[in-house]
Amino acid sequence: MIAAALSTVTLTVLLVGLGLALVQARRWRAGRSAKVGVWAGLAALPARYLVDVHEVVGRTPFNARFHALTAGGFLASLALSVALALPPLRHPLLWGLLALTLAVMLAGGMMVGYRRRVLRPAELSGGRFSRLPLALTGFSAAFLLVALDQSAGGILPVWLVLTLVAVGGWGLAELVFGVWNGPLKHAVHGALHLAFHPRPARFHDGAGRDTGLRPLDLAQADAPLGAGQAVDFAWNRLLGFDACVQCGRCESACPAYAAGLPLNPKKLVQDLVLSLDDGSDDRAYAGHGHPGRPVGAAVTGPTRPLVGADALIHPDTLWACTTCRACVQECPMMIEHVDAVVDLRRFQTLERGATPVKAAGVLEELRATDTPSGRALDRRLDWAVDLRLPVLAAGETCDTLLWLGDGAFDLRNQRSLRALVLLLRRAGVEFAVLGAAELDCGDVARRLGDEATFQDLARRNIQTLEARRFRRIVTADPHAFHCLRNEYPALGGRWTVQHHSAVLLELLTSGALTVTRPLDGPVAYHDPCYLGRYNGEIDAPRAVLDAIGAQRREMERSGLRSRCCGGGGGAPLTDVVGERRIPDMRMDDARATGAPTLAVGCPTCTLMLEGVVEPRPQVAELAELVLTATEPTP
Amino acid sequence: MVDVAVLLSVGRHPVSGRARRAPTDARALELALSLPPGRRTALHAGSPDSPALRDYLGMGLAELTVLAMAEGRDPTDALLARLRALSPAPSILLTGNRAEGGEDSGMLPYSLAHALGWAIVPDVVALTLNDDGSAELVQALARGQRRALRVAMPFVVTIHPAAPAPRPSAFGPARRGRITVEAVDAPEDTALAACAVRPWRDRPKRLTVGAPGGGSGGALDRLRAATEAKAGQGRLLVGPTPDEAARAIYDCLQEQGMLPR
Ligand code: SF4
Ligand code: SF4
Repeated sequence: MIAAALSTVTLTVLLVGLGLALVQARRWRAGRSAKVGVWAGLAALPARYLVDVHEVVGRTPFNARFHALTAGGFLASLALSVALALPPLRHPLLWGLLALTLAVMLAGGMMVGYRRRVLRPAELSGGRFSRLPLALTGFSAAFLLVALDQSAGGILPVWLVLTLVAVGGWGLAELVFGVWNGPLKHAVHGALHLAFHPRPARFHDGAGRDTGLRPLDLAQADAPLGAGQAVDFAWNRLLGFDACVQCGRCESACPAYAAGLPLNPKKLVQDLVLSLDDGSDDRAYAGHGHPGRPVGAAVTGPTRPLVGADALIHPDTLWACTTCRACVQECPMMIEHVDAVVDLRRFQTLERGATPVKAAGVLEELRATDTPSGRALDRRLDWAVDLRLPVLAAGETCDTLLWLGDGAFDLRNQRSLRALVLLLRRAGVEFAVLGAAELDCGDVARRLGDEATFQDLARRNIQTLEARRFRRIVTADPHAFHCLRNEYPALGGRWTVQHHSAVLLELLTSGALTVTRPLDGPVAYHDPCYLGRYNGEIDAPRAVLDAIGAQRREMERSGLRSRCCGGGGGAPLTDVVGERRIPDMRMDDARATGAPTLAVGCPTCTLMLEGVVEPRPQVAELAELVLTATEPTP
Repeated sequence: MVDVAVLLSVGRHPVSGRARRAPTDARALELALSLPPGRRTALHAGSPDSPALRDYLGMGLAELTVLAMAEGRDPTDALLARLRALSPAPSILLTGNRAEGGEDSGMLPYSLAHALGWAIVPDVVALTLNDDGSAELVQALARGQRRALRVAMPFVVTIHPAAPAPRPSAFGPARRGRITVEAVDAPEDTALAACAVRPWRDRPKRLTVGAPGGGSGGALDRLRAATEAKAGQGRLLVGPTPDEAARAIYDCLQEQGMLPR
């Protein structure tokens, strides 16, 4: 009888949970359609969980352990409880097994309680999440007693055991109904999100990294461009938002949040989740909000405008993002925050013309002159008249095509470009530039949501490049690097593209450049987001610094977990104010190393970090450091 | 409900020479769009194929009528006929104070106002409507001065570059907006045909400081010469007779070398 009661309670709760999950799923079906490989995704699910999710969760080993114990014990005990529905299986051995799995889960549940009650990380949300440890331990402890009692042959009075079954059933109901709209939502939604992820190539069974924005189909004229309301997102994006556990890892990593700008990626995702409910608001949200923004002021709804002065997401929140991907890097649920931000921006820019004033001015100049600064293309080489750079005309061939980028119009970055050119000459690399034929790569336009201008620039750049022959493209600008390497292929441009750090390393290891004056001093290195997180290139710049004899010092937050300089995603143009400036915070990380020199590998980082008031470490571009270190001795 | 007509021309980017919204015309449209609702008639005389026309639609304009005519034609009569054909007639005609192309003389709104028999207020930066069929205008004068005016409708207004910046043009509305083309006959612009046209180039202003008779020629003098408003220039006539006034203007033009002595 006890076995029947236990399995009935379990089955009933699971079935109700399934029903609620189906109701929940209908919310995402309101979104746009998406191409999803359903069976391939489901087949890849277990491995993605064990490899990709574990990699993220395992960055905090304690969390990985309690997840393994709790989830493993929970799933196994559920299976065993259901098995008890079959009378022939009601064997003391099965009860013993059940007791074992429940004990494992209880241990995990107590770790969860320790984390939530004792450690209390500030980035965690409260609210319904606070009841989670109680439900976990209540369920596992009550059923554990029942299982122990039954495996011992039933010592306790029946009424007590039945009460215990009821208590365990309550804990289970709390957990399973939580799948619908509570903490354990992330278990089921997270699994489905892993299976139907909009970027399957980011997992270990794909390329392992997938960071290029998807082209927007500008020819479709009947649907709005970008996302103006929740239902404008594809259904698997909505599913992804719903998978958020409010763990706050994104919040801790976000440079905008740290600087007190009105953006908290966790709240942004919750805004998108909440907007699926009609006529509600965000008062039930129990975590940190967007700094300086009130909660409870706006009404939610799947077809209400998402962004606006009175909407759930204030324009300042949207435009504060630097698209640095730190949140995506940290998210254990594999949510793609940057895609969401860009989708929202696309609607604002393409449909509403609501780009912030300064950014809108830059986009207009870009459309009229093909450079964001509104300068004449034939002046891109003005800084290099004395260098007599060979210009590659249509139909001509060269080995290395040097993509100069917008840095060529800027006094500071001309210095590092000059160093790079001198190094290529010194190493005997046969190279050429495009001169006036080089247009802006469209990075800023795309991050600001102006997909039309991006695609126009990209198409014309691809045409120019296709008309010339070369072995590889080399650039000192990680933004151009990312566009050319990861975003142009979708529009038909495929070449070998290298960041100059990789090329310099190649030249140093092959002996084409010889180190004559080793640097011999401490140097800190700042990873540009678009080189590190977007392209996974964190080793070459470090190897270059090692090769020229620098005593490399690692900053707080470096490599793939580097903190943005504040210059990406058009953030310097949208200019949302916070309590601090992002580059100031980053410079503090550099100061803390005590190194007198901060090496950078990106023109935007150079400008942002050099804009920090002195005293501070000197900012030096990689090429400049290599140039000094390889000066030929007379 | 006040009906407004806006004249929009195609501008030219000073660096790339590419077609764009003419800055003051875009400001005129911005002003028209921010007025309380009413009929908005937007007119362009010229080629219907210029991509810059879509930029105006991207500001949220639903429809733009193009009086299609070849390059180098005089649009005055065609615009006049079209404006007269509007029923009910608009109460306000808005346009930029100067185009970027054609003769660039800024004469067109004057010719239209003259032919329509309407008042014209040049260099306006702000406009609000009154209930009694008049409007409050703010006019930009030299050196940042402003003048408030009350004008009875109908009237023509030309917009000054200091008027509020136009809203950005968005791709979606630009694509959805309608361009209605009406082929019209227009006579050749003989004045324009007689001109040689080349792009305008910004030339540095020559400073005469330091020249014999000038100041010491130091940086401070040059800064002063470049920024200071010269007082005492010009003559103030209070209530002059038409003859006196005409005489004064004639003298002034002669002084500036615009009329033979
Ligand atoms: S978005 Fe991801 S990282 Fe951020 S709170 Fe949600 S689950 Fe955690
Ligand atoms: S991309 Fe960077 S700035 Fe934007 S929300 Fe994520 S962490 Fe914050």
